[in-house]
Amino acid sequence: MSARRLGVRIVQVAVPAVLIALWYLATTRWGVSRILLPNPVAVVEALKNVLATGEFLPDLRVTLLELAVAFAISATSGVAIGFLISRSGYRIRVYEPLLAAIYAVPLILFLPLYVLWFGLGPASKIALGATISFFPVVLATIAGFGNVDRVMVTAARAMGASNFQLFRFVLLPAAFPVILAGMRVGFTVALLSIIGSETLASLAGLGHHIVELSENMEMPRMFAYVAFVVAIAAVLNLVVFRLEAWGRRR
Amino acid sequence: MSNEPAIRIRDVSHRFGEEGEARNVRALTGTSLDVARGELLCLIGPSGCGKSTLLNIVGGLLAPSAGSVEVLGRTVAGPRPRDIAFVFQENALFPWNTVRENVDLGMRFQGVARAERAERAQRALVAVGLADFAEHYPAQLSGGMRQRAALARALSLQTGILLMDEPFGALDEQTRMILGEDLSVLLAATKKTIVFVTHSLGEAVFLADRVAVFSARPGTIKQVIAVEEPHPRKPEFVTSAKFTGLRNQLYGLLHDEIRKTMSAESARPATPGALS
Repeated sequence: MSARRLGVRIVQVAVPAVLIALWYLATTRWGVSRILLPNPVAVVEALKNVLATGEFLPDLRVTLLELAVAFAISATSGVAIGFLISRSGYRIRVYEPLLAAIYAVPLILFLPLYVLWFGLGPASKIALGATISFFPVVLATIAGFGNVDRVMVTAARAMGASNFQLFRFVLLPAAFPVILAGMRVGFTVALLSIIGSETLASLAGLGHHIVELSENMEMPRMFAYVAFVVAIAAVLNLVVFRLEAWGRRR
Repeated sequence: MSNEPAIRIRDVSHRFGEEGEARNVRALTGTSLDVARGELLCLIGPSGCGKSTLLNIVGGLLAPSAGSVEVLGRTVAGPRPRDIAFVFQENALFPWNTVRENVDLGMRFQGVARAERAERAQRALVAVGLADFAEHYPAQLSGGMRQRAALARALSLQTGILLMDEPFGALDEQTRMILGEDLSVLLAATKKTIVFVTHSLGEAVFLADRVAVFSARPGTIKQVIAVEEPHPRKPEFVTSAKFTGLRNQLYGLLHDEIRKTMSAESARPATPGALS
């Protein structure tokens, strides 16, 4: 590791360490109320307890199930619809700006409507997560298939490529990295919107449990859950990032 | 070998867009030409004169608005991968494939068996001097090497006809000269029929058996000049009086046409009707 990169790593570790130290001082020395900000030591104790008892499992299962179903829906429909749109310049000109415009709307506003339609259970979270993550996937798919260099397509046709060969050996490899990038963004926004909507209107899930603890003033436990969700999200994003890097190399 | 030409172009015209449309362009008008078997014919002319359009029509990538093209005795009605291979100006290699995979893929599109593909790919790569770079990706090669790879891919298809659309157009002058010399040696051995589009006068004289000079848009062939110098051409040919004479003759023919193109462009108002 070069000296410059080592320096970057040191700062990256030092910043959170200093923040935690300030947090500790705020609760022990500077008299910040324990109800507003629990002692970090208490949070660590609560986290140990949560992990040891496995009490997080039912909520984690609900959240991950919602995420998996929502992402499966948005990834398949986004790629399929994006591919169909990308096959004609006319359809790209009509639908691409339309989809981009809808994506710019805060789609979380659909949550009350989805709760009315699908109830307070997982179905409304799945619907919201799928809706929000559909857009980055479909837009990336249109961009991926729509921007394949014309010369490559012409060259393949001149060499006698069939429609399937053109798709398999030219269009798909050209579009694949762009689609993967769209899927990574889609996955991230699906996770954000599902946990976010669990905190607003739900019966179960990690977001739901955090709000419950907050309302019961169980601050160390609530902070422990927040840390746990952050860690889960970091692991999931890392996995998706690695999958994308692996897919790009192929 | 029969005396029938490899390529017979008859009264070919082409128009992009419909009459009356804003983007309607007459690219090519009433063009006729025969290309003999084993001949290297260069198409040269001002930009926009329709020389690439004619090449695409010969290759079956574009259907002419009028007229017809016969290749090896059969009318062209679409790509003819078994008879015709293309080399494009640039970016026609697949960047996610190595050089060897790129060469392989063209033959795979034609259904050549795997073992034969490997052998033909190796031979083509050796012929263009890229055997040591077979496992490189296009992005790892210089522009000149990429065009050698594209040529290897075209050669591996073993077609009788090779259509080259400004294959060295994006390269610097030195690289272009070296590739031109290598191409002359390579093609003298293959006996292919070649149509080569260029905008370089020197390249045309150096490579061609005959040079067809285009007029300004709507383009048609204004004159055909024979070079009459055996292949492979030596580097000394470039400094000969014959070369200079032919080059000057081409320059004279082209100069007026390029002037016409430029004055037509400057006479056109920026926005139609804005000056009225």
